[in-house]
Amino acid sequence: MSDTTVAELSHEIEGSGQGRSLWQDARRRFLQNRAAVVSLIVMIIIALIAIFGPLFAAWNNEEVDWNVLGDIASMGGPSIENGHYFGVDELGRDLYARVVQGTQVSLMVGVIGSLIAVTFGTLYGATAGYVGGRTDNIMMRLVDILMSIPYMFVLILLLVVFGRSMWLLFVGIGLISWLEMSRIVRGQTLALKSKEYVEAALATGVKHRVIVTRHIIPNLMGIIVIYATLLVPQMILTESFISFLGLGVQEPNTSWGALISEGASTLQYGTYWQLVFPLAFFIVTLFCFFFIGDGLRDALDPKDR
Amino acid sequence: MTAFIIKRLLSAIPTLLILIIFSFLLMHSAPGGPFSSDRPLPPEVLANIEAKYHLDDPLPLQIWNYVVGVVTQFDFGPSFQYKDRTVNEIIGQGFPVTLTYGTISFVVAVVFGCALGMMAALKQNTWLDYLAVGISIGAQVLPNFVMAPILVLIFTLWLGWLPGGGWNGGAWPYLIMPVIALSTSFMASIARIMRSSLLEVMHSNFIRTARAKGLSSRDILFQHALKPAMLPVISYLGPTFVIMITGSVVIDLYFTTGGIGQAFVNSALNRDYSVMMGITILVGCLTIFFNLIVDILYAWIDPKIKL
Repeated sequence: MSDTTVAELSHEIEGSGQGRSLWQDARRRFLQNRAAVVSLIVMIIIALIAIFGPLFAAWNNEEVDWNVLGDIASMGGPSIENGHYFGVDELGRDLYARVVQGTQVSLMVGVIGSLIAVTFGTLYGATAGYVGGRTDNIMMRLVDILMSIPYMFVLILLLVVFGRSMWLLFVGIGLISWLEMSRIVRGQTLALKSKEYVEAALATGVKHRVIVTRHIIPNLMGIIVIYATLLVPQMILTESFISFLGLGVQEPNTSWGALISEGASTLQYGTYWQLVFPLAFFIVTLFCFFFIGDGLRDALDPKDR
Repeated sequence: MTAFIIKRLLSAIPTLLILIIFSFLLMHSAPGGPFSSDRPLPPEVLANIEAKYHLDDPLPLQIWNYVVGVVTQFDFGPSFQYKDRTVNEIIGQGFPVTLTYGTISFVVAVVFGCALGMMAALKQNTWLDYLAVGISIGAQVLPNFVMAPILVLIFTLWLGWLPGGGWNGGAWPYLIMPVIALSTSFMASIARIMRSSLLEVMHSNFIRTARAKGLSSRDILFQHALKPAMLPVISYLGPTFVIMITGSVVIDLYFTTGGIGQAFVNSALNRDYSVMMGITILVGCLTIFFNLIVDILYAWIDPKIKL
């Protein structure tokens, strides 16, 4: 901590007279956090694999390699020569192509799910906090009520009743996670509302809508970004959990959870690569998101330490 | 205190009602009834069956009957797939199993998690701390559905020490792997929360005062620091129990322990809606119950909350 203050001081002297925004400060603090920066780089690499991975695949994800199908345990392992970099799965499909596809789906679930949760939670929480009074009371009571609903079960119920589609899964996962977010945002909004600058804005006749968009939301951004980052691994976990049960994405689509489930069930035949590769991607990604989230929290919310 | 508990119990009623009505409507809106199969039944037979299960009543009446059945007799109705079994029988068979290993896992997670977190906080920035933090980060990215296959690989396939699945009336060799798989990631979270909250408490003024007046570090820890440090852990415990019950789905599936999770997944795959609803509502009740217990514990420990 002490070297930070020195750096800050020297920085202050160099650029005296020039103010630094919260975001510039935060970026500097984030870049000093080695674990977070490494995680960010690894995460970018994984995202690049998800986007450009198919270009390097020698096999299509639905193609069956008949040469190895008969004896996957001894011939289906990872090899460069036959183009199966990660080996094949128990149906003789190229595991590299499958893992890339699973990465796309899982990352998409994470990002879309947390976007939905964050958007909805922020709007809801900010409204409740800003309007206050009875509206706030009712809205938050509703959140309390919804909080004690066992969501994993309801989500599975939804998926069974309305048929398993990927979009329902995405939206469902997002919609079950906004509650926590709305509580946090409401708390912050309540604190922000009583700040002097909001009072000043009100006194000079600024419209409520403008106050929310110009003063409240920008000040909430820090906490929103932190929670969005921490939500992504949760979403990926939830999706993987459901796919592991065989209730999530359906063939020929796949996700990390589905791949891990396949790998786990064929482990006894000695095809360890079917578990190792998807599992490695899964674990590395979760690690990265946790570290990035921690780094962001330290960077954007220095009081919290 | 009593008034607080009564108030909380009363507020549980709308929650449960919403849950019941929501699941009922969801089930009702499902495309295809429970008896529409590949070989369509003659309409008269179908009408008879529907009359038997009261599916031909108007919707509000059906909901009312269901709610009354659940509330007054805890009766979730018959299973639509197994003609001779009721939902209660199916739940009654699986629930004790889930509750057994769920409770053991819960206790294991709390005891080891708190111990690990305390150790890490008291020996901050030593190798013990790094070890504890390392374990808790590592365990966090190993959810139960990843733990389970790895455990089976090591202890059943390689070492051959433990049976790979089954329940056998809850004999301990059958319990070990489910409990480890279920409790590890919670233990990790509890350890992390415990560590950070104890660290914060240990740096606060009243601990410094206690130190200054010469209390031994054991007295400081157990008489002064532990109680406030437990608060964040306790508020984490309410949801945890429910997530554990949810996690039991994986445990049941992987270790074929035959708990409530297995019944839930089976009914999900069979479209046996009444069983799914019954289990969802049961878990909802548990959630509410545990949130209540946590709130009471919290209020009891935290002197700032006046009842």
